[in-house]
Amino acid sequence: MDSLLKFITCGSVDDGKSTLIGHMLYDAKLLFADQKDALELESKVGSNDGNIDYSLLLDGLMAEREQGITIDVAYRYFTTEHRSFIVADTPGHEEYTRNMAVGASFADLAVILVDASQGVLTQTRRHTRICSLMGIRHVVFAINKMDLINYSQERFKKIKKEIRILLAEFDYHSVQIIPVSATNGDNITKKSRKMPWYKGPTLLHYLETVDVSEKPTDAEFSMPVQRVCRPNRSFRGFQGEIESGSISVGDAVTVLPSRETSTVKAILEGDRSVETSGIGHPVTIQLDTEIDVSRGCVLTKDPDLHVNTMFSATLLWMDDTKLVEGKNYLLKSGTQKIPATVLRIRHKIDVNTGREVPAKEIYKNEITQCDISVSSNLVFDLFENNKALGSLILIDRISHATSACGVITQSISRSRDLTWHTMDITREFREHQLDQKACTIWFTGLSGSGKSTLANALEKRLVSLGKHTMLLDGDNVRLGLNKNLGFTEADRIENIRRIAEVSKLMNDAGLIVLTSFISPFVHDRRKAKEIIGDSFIEVYIDTPIEECERRDVKGLYAAAREGKIENFTGITSPYEKPEHPDVRIDTTNHTVEECVDLLMEYLKPRL
Amino acid sequence: MNHLDKLEAESIYIMREVVAECEKPVMLYSIGKDSSVMLHLALKAFYPEKPPFPFLHVNTTWKFHEMIEFRDKVAEKYGIEMLEYINQEGVAQGINPFDHGAAYTDIMKTQALKQALNKYGFTAAFGGGRRDEEKSRAKERIFSFRNADHVWDPKNQRPEMWKLFNTEINKGESIRVFPISNWTEKDIWQYIKRENIEIVPLYYAAVRPVVERDGNLIMVDDDRMRLLPGEKPMMKKVRFRTLGCYPLSGGVESEADTIDGIIEETLSAVSSERTSRVIDKDGGAASMEKRKREGYF
Repeated sequence: MDSLLKFITCGSVDDGKSTLIGHMLYDAKLLFADQKDALELESKVGSNDGNIDYSLLLDGLMAEREQGITIDVAYRYFTTEHRSFIVADTPGHEEYTRNMAVGASFADLAVILVDASQGVLTQTRRHTRICSLMGIRHVVFAINKMDLINYSQERFKKIKKEIRILLAEFDYHSVQIIPVSATNGDNITKKSRKMPWYKGPTLLHYLETVDVSEKPTDAEFSMPVQRVCRPNRSFRGFQGEIESGSISVGDAVTVLPSRETSTVKAILEGDRSVETSGIGHPVTIQLDTEIDVSRGCVLTKDPDLHVNTMFSATLLWMDDTKLVEGKNYLLKSGTQKIPATVLRIRHKIDVNTGREVPAKEIYKNEITQCDISVSSNLVFDLFENNKALGSLILIDRISHATSACGVITQSISRSRDLTWHTMDITREFREHQLDQKACTIWFTGLSGSGKSTLANALEKRLVSLGKHTMLLDGDNVRLGLNKNLGFTEADRIENIRRIAEVSKLMNDAGLIVLTSFISPFVHDRRKAKEIIGDSFIEVYIDTPIEECERRDVKGLYAAAREGKIENFTGITSPYEKPEHPDVRIDTTNHTVEECVDLLMEYLKPRL
Repeated sequence: MNHLDKLEAESIYIMREVVAECEKPVMLYSIGKDSSVMLHLALKAFYPEKPPFPFLHVNTTWKFHEMIEFRDKVAEKYGIEMLEYINQEGVAQGINPFDHGAAYTDIMKTQALKQALNKYGFTAAFGGGRRDEEKSRAKERIFSFRNADHVWDPKNQRPEMWKLFNTEINKGESIRVFPISNWTEKDIWQYIKRENIEIVPLYYAAVRPVVERDGNLIMVDDDRMRLLPGEKPMMKKVRFRTLGCYPLSGGVESEADTIDGIIEETLSAVSSERTSRVIDKDGGAASMEKRKREGYF
């Protein structure tokens, strides 16, 4: 029998997962002698009083041995007379839930451990839910530490009942519940004499015989294109793995998303030419016409595959950075990788109860239902129909972390669905989309103090950090928006009011605004602050008038001294210094770059 | 599809993903049986195109001479680009496995590998590591990320879901990719047999000159081998389960001179294959993880 079972072990911390697998390998004589020796030696060196600590077999990282816990998934390989196994031992700590999910995404079956003395715990529920979410359809509950409760059948029955209630909302195709003791080896590979009341199989026997083969479906052929193989002018083949159905030479296929059609001319399985190939095979397909096909396209015979830019998905959030509406990610699904936005968080799902809980932000290890839009057409299927075309990951565009994994549950139509119409595009949404906090940095100071120079330099710095900005100054405001204003007091007040209102609108658009105007009067600046609100940042460029006059870049001070300019700030009109500016910059002792550094120090935590 | 077909499909999928998404891939070629399988998989994955990346052999200058002959023959046969890198600084300093122990491995293997990857600017390097080899490997992802200093952070590995590999990296970072992570030693041998893959003759038992040292049979491959007082090479029928630098590779006495003989021996083996690699024993259970954190493959 040459079959392979991929399974995981999971459950709460200290439920004895690693010990269980270790004992199974030890009993089944599946350890190499040197591994056994090392194990016995390390147990003696360690603190386990010389008894064999089976978990040492699997906890391979230094940090894990030090702390006595499992942090990451460990893969083990063993073969009995009846079957080959790959087992992923997954961590129980809540903090490492994402590593548990990694194991679950790979497995056909889950062994969930439950501590008999504790019963079903939060982590048991969480793992049961994640296994289901990641597509596992077969589950075994190993009720461990039966020795600690004197092998009590009563207690076992009670836990069994708890599990039946827990499973009601999930779609597992097979379920087995086995009472065991991982430390003593009861019902692991040998029937326990302490529990004659248990009539079922041992854990190993069950794993050797359980049928996890997918029920034959009538799914049509689909293959996401991984790459185009073009070794010379005469050969052009599309390489990928067949994810559903089968394909033969002469079959008509459709290319998605373009919907062009063609006929299969030849099929290679590796380097071997075949007439027909099916699910799971890595193939190279040649078509008989020259049509546009590239990586990310899907070759298919299935007319029901979705080609759309919006869908709803259940996500497991895995990033330390929280999820908020409007944020952009790179989405990978099948072999497609495209920019995506989380448009709406519908709710999060309570891991204990499965209840939908309203939420606007999602934190690490939480499960949520979200609506996602992508920048161009995505070819997909619902996860329940096609694992490869229904699963996705979100990649953070700056840290490149895998922020989330998820499964597509529904396609959304822009014209019909409620999402699109009820969605509020708020300032926060736009800010998340731009990955920044909007604000108005209001530069004030004498003519020639260095406002524009600094505002320009600061804007360049912000842009280089990937921020989205707009600079307002006399050059772009006076010539357009405010060209009907003169220099009377009323016009001067109106000038500042308009600048403040425009800044506010731009802040609402999510932009960081820099304004560079003398704005000499406290009253005007206070008014601007009232309009713009909390995101108003006053920056006072404190350059003494003597220095400004010495610089006199535009010759304005000279003209004012000669009486050619009326109401010139600092000469014939007062400059009212800000009493409590957010930042004060002295330009006489610092270079431009140093001034920008000072400003950035203040701004960094606010952007 | 049987067990081997599934493993083969998984490996081919991974290789194609890397070539499609990574800027400058390379395949590490150590001349061993796992490298032979990797090359075979690469030839299949891209057929009829040749593997669209070069192969890199980090040569410590202490490899068995049969390995180097085999390497050159294979490169010519398949018309692949085979790069060789030697840490010339180490050679100039006379670094050798007899005098320098752990420092030898670090300088001629770990440092040499880092230098080679930096020299060519490779962003992704395929390696033939398998999870059944050793405990810290059992914990490593298929796509394993290294910072600009080639350091592995085992506590902060990227989640790897389904077949959706995240290959995005920042400038200076690189990826080590292990397409045969899920193969066992037995799978490797069965696949070599099924696909009729050529391997270095040292894997087959033959009468060879060896000395016994600390329970290991070390082959006297050339006259650079330093014999201890009283040590005399003996002729014994031995074979090697893993190949590397000849003074660090322990042979086992064996009659297995056919692939079937090897498979039978592997099935009934009482020690895991890495025990015959002398370097793993320095530093106790966690030695491999330490070396990996420092940039060893």
